[in-house]
Amino acid sequence: MKPFSKIISIITPFDKANVDTDQIIPKQFLKLITKSGFGKFLFYDWRFDHNGQPKSDFVLNNSIYRDSQILVTNENFGCGSSREHAVWALKDFGFNVIISPSFADIFYSNCFKNGVLPIVLDIEKIQKLLQFKDKIELDLSSQKIIFGDESINFEIDFHRKIRLLKGLDDIDLTLKENERIENFEKNSSILPIF
Amino acid sequence: MAETLFEKIWNSHVVVERENEPSLIYIDRHLVHEVTSPQAFDGLRENHRKVRRPDLTVATIDHNVPTTDRSLPMIDETSSIQIKTLEQNCNDFGIKLFGINDPNQGIVHVIGPQLGITLPGSTIVCGDSHTSTQGAFGAFAFGIGTSEVEHTLATQTLWLEKPKTFEILATGKRKNSFAVTSKDIILSIIKKIGTNGGTGHVLEYSGDAISDLSMEQRMTICNMSIEAGSRAGLIAPDEKTFDYLNNRQYTPENYDDLVDDWKNNLMSDTNSKFDKSFTIDVGKIEPQVSWGTNPAMVCDITGKIPTPEEFGCNNEIQIQSAKKALAYMDLEPETPIVEIPIDRVFIGSCTNARLEDLIDAAKIVKGKTVNSDVNAMVVPGSQMVKLEAEKLGLDKIFKDANFEWRESGCSMCLGMNPDILKPGERCASTSNRNFEGRQGSGGQTHLVSPVMAAASAIAGHFVDVREWS
Repeated sequence: MKPFSKIISIITPFDKANVDTDQIIPKQFLKLITKSGFGKFLFYDWRFDHNGQPKSDFVLNNSIYRDSQILVTNENFGCGSSREHAVWALKDFGFNVIISPSFADIFYSNCFKNGVLPIVLDIEKIQKLLQFKDKIELDLSSQKIIFGDESINFEIDFHRKIRLLKGLDDIDLTLKENERIENFEKNSSILPIF
Repeated sequence: MAETLFEKIWNSHVVVERENEPSLIYIDRHLVHEVTSPQAFDGLRENHRKVRRPDLTVATIDHNVPTTDRSLPMIDETSSIQIKTLEQNCNDFGIKLFGINDPNQGIVHVIGPQLGITLPGSTIVCGDSHTSTQGAFGAFAFGIGTSEVEHTLATQTLWLEKPKTFEILATGKRKNSFAVTSKDIILSIIKKIGTNGGTGHVLEYSGDAISDLSMEQRMTICNMSIEAGSRAGLIAPDEKTFDYLNNRQYTPENYDDLVDDWKNNLMSDTNSKFDKSFTIDVGKIEPQVSWGTNPAMVCDITGKIPTPEEFGCNNEIQIQSAKKALAYMDLEPETPIVEIPIDRVFIGSCTNARLEDLIDAAKIVKGKTVNSDVNAMVVPGSQMVKLEAEKLGLDKIFKDANFEWRESGCSMCLGMNPDILKPGERCASTSNRNFEGRQGSGGQTHLVSPVMAAASAIAGHFVDVREWS
């Protein structure tokens, strides 16, 4: 995974609550067996009409936001299905940061596995951020969002932050604990299925 | 120190624990299906890794399978590729697969318990959010993403932050235990605590109203924990649990010893503390019907569609959500629920397609005919459920009433196979999610119990199923 670097981008306002992963990537696009290529299907039913034409009133179809890397949304983002395809689609479309008052657990965890940073901010801070129309600067190492002369700090688990900043592979890290896994297997009564 | 059931299971599975860090947790059971696994196996190949414990891993094909005649070739090529990919992956990595023509094929969360693979006190994962179903057996069972599928395949462990605990105490007695089902209980709970009420928590359901339920009814409750935002739901095992798992195909040989151990250990201690608590009196619960586009937008059968303001209670976000939901669902506030006509009925899914669900639905259907404006189908949760139902003659009851009787799979719960709603079609569904487009782009889903779905199929609109029993 690529290390997570400083981001300078405008934000895409996406004022919806309880956005479920079925909306982020509808099921008809879950049949691909790769991790790439999901961006063109992101929010498909909201982005395109029944003839496959872009809906002009949908925010992601507004060319102003074409290069935005930051999606700012409302509470309980990513609820529902565990499909990691939702994160692959957001990432592939260009979003590296999702800001919301709250996230669903599985989605939140899936973000970190793919170099996407989910930031929890309270609604007042989000409202303030949404009023700023220019590019903002987002620095994970100092946990700061800088917009104009102002800045907002955000919280993030220290270990998740390090893994993102260094682009570390979870499995590599876990395999360093192999001895302890083996000990656990020796000392616990694990019941094989077969 | 007094511990909750969840804490006991957690503590017995900690491999690595350091202060202020996620813990490394051992996984006892890993279930795999075709949709969320291909990229995980690719990751293993790229890094020259093996599956650490094929003996703790099992796979089936459920999301993509056609529910029509399986001797015919599959029409959808992409589904076919995904299925073949899982077959190849299981073959390459030495994983047992219950494939498309295997008598044990079925929805992954249905076959786990039915085969005795699900065990009390264990940790169970699957790349599917409804893995929570298996918490009904006193297991810590939760859904994971594909990266975590790969991690589990490679290491048989996962890094997890310890979730908080949330006690859901269900008291009282259902007024009509045939017409008011466990589906109505869990929909009522979600209505009250909200779609993110359980986020970051494991829900532990307890109380007489839970003990009263059969294992299959308990699975419906735990299944929908995720719709309240909770990755896992949990019910302490009891005699019903131990009886259910006895003598299944993969029940461990030393089962009686295990049961003795579970009886002594697998319950929350009397003085254990939960981070949150909620009590519900099931005596006050009516049959439920969802009206909106998330599983908290639910109404009593004798009720009316709420106005957005009634639903939102001064919360502007909720009011806006309700407005959007009503527009999508093409419903007007103040409409009585019993006056909503339906076009389709789906009895199926990991929530409500086990044998008892079909038995109860068949009791409603027997001797009657599906309304001529309605297209209704039954999709058993597994091939074994289907076979057992056929032994009881349920297939005949459904078919005589003009229900379609299908092969098992996830089917129209999420419509990855050809079973989908057309735009504008309104469906009474025993599944778990009424999200926009979930059952087909533009389709309108109402979540209900199997008996409500069956009665609505006959009537052509929602009915107070208490009057039918």
